[in-house]
Amino acid sequence: MKTAPEILQVLQAQFPEKILKSEMGVLDPWARVEAGSIVEVCSFMKSDLNLSFDTLACLSGVDFKGLKGETERLEVVYHLFSMKQRHKFVLKVELPRDNPSIGTVEGIWAIANWHEREAFDMFGIRFEGHSDLRRILCPDDWEGYPLRKDYEQPETYRGMPVRPVKQFVEMANEGLPVGTNPFKA
Amino acid sequence: MQVEAFEGEEMILNMGPQHPSTHGVLRLELQTDGEVVQKITPHIGYLHRCFEKHAENVDYPGVIPYTDRMDYIASMNNSLGYALAVEKLMGIEVNDRVKALRVIVAELNRIASHLLSIGTYAMDIGAFTPFLHCFREREKILDLFEWTCGARLLYNYNWVGGLSHDIPEGFVDKTRQFMAEFEPVIAEQNELLSFNKIFIERTAGVGILGEELAISYNVTGPNLRGSGVSWDLRKADPYCGYETYDFNVPVGQGKFGPLGSCWDRYYVRVREMEESLKILRQALDRLPDGDVQEKVPKKVKPPKGEVYGRTETPRGELGYYIVSDGSPNPFRVKIKSPCFTALAVLPVISKGEMVADIIAVIGSIDIVMGELDR
Repeated sequence: MKTAPEILQVLQAQFPEKILKSEMGVLDPWARVEAGSIVEVCSFMKSDLNLSFDTLACLSGVDFKGLKGETERLEVVYHLFSMKQRHKFVLKVELPRDNPSIGTVEGIWAIANWHEREAFDMFGIRFEGHSDLRRILCPDDWEGYPLRKDYEQPETYRGMPVRPVKQFVEMANEGLPVGTNPFKA
Repeated sequence: MQVEAFEGEEMILNMGPQHPSTHGVLRLELQTDGEVVQKITPHIGYLHRCFEKHAENVDYPGVIPYTDRMDYIASMNNSLGYALAVEKLMGIEVNDRVKALRVIVAELNRIASHLLSIGTYAMDIGAFTPFLHCFREREKILDLFEWTCGARLLYNYNWVGGLSHDIPEGFVDKTRQFMAEFEPVIAEQNELLSFNKIFIERTAGVGILGEELAISYNVTGPNLRGSGVSWDLRKADPYCGYETYDFNVPVGQGKFGPLGSCWDRYYVRVREMEESLKILRQALDRLPDGDVQEKVPKKVKPPKGEVYGRTETPRGELGYYIVSDGSPNPFRVKIKSPCFTALAVLPVISKGEMVADIIAVIGSIDIVMGELDR
């Protein structure tokens, strides 16, 4: 078992120029990796015997838009865990908001396949080299990326009116019944 | 006379979305060669409500009812994970009574969830009677919960910093009574189903999930333990004081076939119920006094930062990745669902199985679509 600063040290020794930023004093210590080398770093972290991160616990997209003091960007966050060594670490990658694209880690941890599909579905992040990059939760012909901060819900989907969430909230505040017929716009 | 080689033709078969054995609205696209399944493509998202987007539009306590609606079979465990993550972010340490009560409701809910899982699994395979036995017992747990917080399925019980209600007077005795009644049922269940020859034949050689494959797919919970990996977050990364309870982590042993079969996963759940009873007994014995809303903050406003909290639900490791920007609403909530990862491995473990066995495999990984689709 290694502590987060020790893991960071190993990474910095191996990839001196690829680790852009790190924070160790927080709840879940993390390091920001250069987007182009994420696959290389991940595959090292899995195969290195002292690190042996054999599980990808979670892969999340985050859209930093409209947040004071933060540059507008998309982030992909990798929560890694080692069942053998019982330690954890977090990697982050920064991507531009338009046309985000990054290498896939599907070949390293098989579960990344579905997680990356979800990130593509919700944020429009393209994972280069992914074997099956389709939407996973939304219908295939859905437009837009729902979890982006500037996402606007379409008015209709295949001719069916989609009522905006805002309208639901307003209706509920006015005391109107929310569960009305969606086909009556 | 000319004899032509008979070549099998592949057929595409849709299983679901409305199929009673798929445990919710799940569609599997099967590519079959006769009875043998060559390829499975799961299509999910029929229950997708974009819960993560909703979470960004309400305040922190407002997210808890949504978490209840993910895994509606084990709501207590879902909201517990979220409450713990937010508490970690805010640096709240709850008192011992809250901790013990959380353990009690989580373990009761675990038993209820496993009962449903086992019962419906038996029904999928073709045994109807165990289902009724399981539901009779589960009903008693739901009655206890209804008595405590007024709801039978979606409780909103675990709050950030505390609980919505203290337990009613007499709850401890009633729970003990339930446990006394329930314990013989496990033995009965084993006689009736677990060691039934037909059931074993049907499940013990099917859907083999190897250890390495399971870890690569981040399969957790009873599914992982069924493959012989002794991994339980209650032991490995304890929360709510689980480190102070004495209990074992049951793992699959490959008693009737290869390790990691459907039967192993099933039997891990049966034995986990026994362990939950052990934990419950200890928790009820030690239940300290205290105010369950002592630490509930007036306004839940965590500082800027982020946290990844994970707990052991009946289905495995449920993770919440919460990013806070210092406002009363979460900036981002990502839920790592254990069912999501379990279903991802289904196409791999059921390749080459018969169509009828696919039902056995789906039942054994115990997915809840509400959590999978979120």
